[in-house]
Amino acid sequence: MKRFHLPLLILALAAVSLGIFQHKVTNLGFPMLPAQTTDNWIVEARVAFEPTGGAVTARLLIPHQPPGLALLGEHFVSRDYGLTTGVSGENREAIWTSRSPSGRQAVYYRATFYELDRHLRTQAEYPGPASVPEFEEPYASAAASIVERVRERSADITTFATVLVTDMVHAQDENIALFVPRGSGERERARAAIELLAGARIPARMAHGIQLTDRARDLQVRTWLEVHNTREWVPINPANGDVGYPPNFLVWWYGDREPLDLRRAGNAQVSYAVTRNFQSAVDAAQQRAQLLDSHVADFSLLGLPIQTQNMYRVLLMVPVGAMIIVLLRNVVGVQTFGTFMPVLIALSFRETELLGGVILFTLIVSLGLAIRFYLEHLKLLLVPRLAAVVIVVVMLMLMLSIVSHHLGIEHGLAVALFPMVILAMTIERMSIVWEEHGAGDAIRQGVGSMGAAIVGYLLMINPYAEHLIFVFPELLLIVLAVTLLLGRYTGYRLSELIRFRALAGRSGR
Amino acid sequence: MSWFISPRQLRDLGIVGMNERNVGMIARLNARRHYPLVDDKLLTKNLALEAGIAVPELYGVIETNHDARNLRELISGRDDFVIKPAHGSGGNGILVITGRMGERFRTASGLLEDVKDLEHHVSNILSGMYSLGGQPDKAMIEYRVRFDPLFAGVSFQGVPDIRTVVYRGYPVMAMVRLPTRGSDGKANLHQGAVGAGIDIATGVTGHGVWHNEIVDRHPDTGALIGGIAIPDWDRLLALAAGCHELTGLGYLGVDVVLDRDLGPLILELNARPGLAVQVANGAGLRDCIDRVEAAEPKDPMSPAERAALVQALMGPEPDRSANKTAGSA
Repeated sequence: MKRFHLPLLILALAAVSLGIFQHKVTNLGFPMLPAQTTDNWIVEARVAFEPTGGAVTARLLIPHQPPGLALLGEHFVSRDYGLTTGVSGENREAIWTSRSPSGRQAVYYRATFYELDRHLRTQAEYPGPASVPEFEEPYASAAASIVERVRERSADITTFATVLVTDMVHAQDENIALFVPRGSGERERARAAIELLAGARIPARMAHGIQLTDRARDLQVRTWLEVHNTREWVPINPANGDVGYPPNFLVWWYGDREPLDLRRAGNAQVSYAVTRNFQSAVDAAQQRAQLLDSHVADFSLLGLPIQTQNMYRVLLMVPVGAMIIVLLRNVVGVQTFGTFMPVLIALSFRETELLGGVILFTLIVSLGLAIRFYLEHLKLLLVPRLAAVVIVVVMLMLMLSIVSHHLGIEHGLAVALFPMVILAMTIERMSIVWEEHGAGDAIRQGVGSMGAAIVGYLLMINPYAEHLIFVFPELLLIVLAVTLLLGRYTGYRLSELIRFRALAGRSGR
Repeated sequence: MSWFISPRQLRDLGIVGMNERNVGMIARLNARRHYPLVDDKLLTKNLALEAGIAVPELYGVIETNHDARNLRELISGRDDFVIKPAHGSGGNGILVITGRMGERFRTASGLLEDVKDLEHHVSNILSGMYSLGGQPDKAMIEYRVRFDPLFAGVSFQGVPDIRTVVYRGYPVMAMVRLPTRGSDGKANLHQGAVGAGIDIATGVTGHGVWHNEIVDRHPDTGALIGGIAIPDWDRLLALAAGCHELTGLGYLGVDVVLDRDLGPLILELNARPGLAVQVANGAGLRDCIDRVEAAEPKDPMSPAERAALVQALMGPEPDRSANKTAGSA
């Protein structure tokens, strides 16, 4: 058990991390790459009417879980109106009320939808077989013969409906013409189809919606037919019998009725407008996750204030830098001053840019070292000497800033972002290594620290790495898993291949 | 000599790397609670004295800056002595005084320092400059070993010492560390001292390693390093093996000096001995450890018995003796 403890822990961490990551990418659509945008649609319905006196009530049907699209947000623009929304049957409605409006009124419903990657057809409960309508002659026998003929050529409910609709469109015999006169619109055809489907005890309903097109105004409402195949509602185009909605079709309401119902008002007009909107994919995914009531998004950084977010953008890279240090020290065998000093130096390189940072760092450390060697002669106690080095480092930073400002090198100002205490400790340790082990060791470790800082910096400024960690903080668990894994690495370091080179050519046992 | 060696060849030689040492030896065999026994040289010294193990005589301890004035008193009348931090590591902070020049003291490297310099050194030690983690430390003033002339030809100033790596009480590998001009009298290999492998069975030195390269002669004196037989080798090995019981550490470095008059003295113990001993011996620790573990009897053995077991295991075999003569030639 003890032997498997760490591997199991590592596997568990990796599994949790990758699981959340995968869920966020595939189900919530969080983007893997930075600066991705996603399409969404802003749909607006304008309702205009003229009050006829007294308290006005306007009920507008509004989209309710439309297939293929999901609601990101909605708002209602209506001055001086009370507003309630509710679900009635298979539709959702907004109810505007006002006591005594005067003049032509306009209220707006505005909603944002995004396209779902997958067309999830939500399972719908079977409403039970439709009751057979009681037709009069000659309709009864015509309906019976139509149903009979269609049934011969169909396999199941969906194909029955498809065949029926294509018959209505193409093979206009007298029986069908009784129900659908030539030249009738989609709506009449859908209405007739529903009656005839009921003759075969198939439940069917009418759906109305708009085709989403960019910058479109006064869109036509189109009617669609839906039949229930005992598992779900299958949409069928009443114009040609095709199954399914076209892409970007927004189903607005169901049923053979008008979307607007007015009380004490007339001259109603409903018009629809659509614009396409590009939104940051991260924002869209975040909204989506909230709508799906996903707990994953509750722990997201994106809900924090922007300032805090920006801070975490930087801070979250520190674990990655720490892992790089582990790699460099335990696998490569680079020697550095202080374990994580290079990470902190790398963080300050973000502000100074690489070349400027390297120059400033080298300048401060070498000047600091010179002064530290002088302090050695004064024979000070350890803590006062360290404090003196800190003070000197701060003064050096100040001087560098002022000099570089006068020279017009604005990068020099960023020197203030170097962690001064870390710099002072580096100088102190470097001077001790210098005295104890000689200049060679001190410079080797100094260069090692600088190299580690540069590698860390290059990784930490990588926009892909930053984006991944920031949007998917659960990936830190992978970083932890890798670090734990390296914690048991007992193989040779790369540097040891050089260190033990004197043994090359010897035979083993 | 190529500039690197393949990992496969290292593995075939049984070389232990830094990571394996840290995880497989130190973390596994050295319980952290035993560390103070070796990290505090004062504690080690007292333990060794109780166990009857020979150590250099302690003249005095300075524990606070206030006591630093006692330094003059402690060293009065003494011409030579060593000032060292109780918690030092890697030989850092050790000041060896070899003689007086009027009011001044001569260090091992030939510099002259006055009492003020010595006091400053002591206060640096007290403030933790040389201690692990920088915690406040104690300064020890002790007997300066007058080293056995055995290694006089192959060392440049300083005190050569014999580092034995003791694995679970078995002295598996040893080397003698010879100071050079570059190492400033210190016997640490990474500071430039020469390490010479010792045949664990016979106590005869082999070739040397200096700055990770194989040398046959001392870089300063030019004398041959190989072929020096260490006297009383069996006793020295048993002494080193006994430090396992003393400290409870399973992976231990024992540093012994040969004093002209007093014989082998334990200078210090190290809970994190380095890996250079493998280069000096041209062999891997893993190899020796595997042999010992395969031959280990069930019953506990005395230090002398363990040393004898290792010597028997590592004794001349056809393939090994060929290796050795090639190394010491």
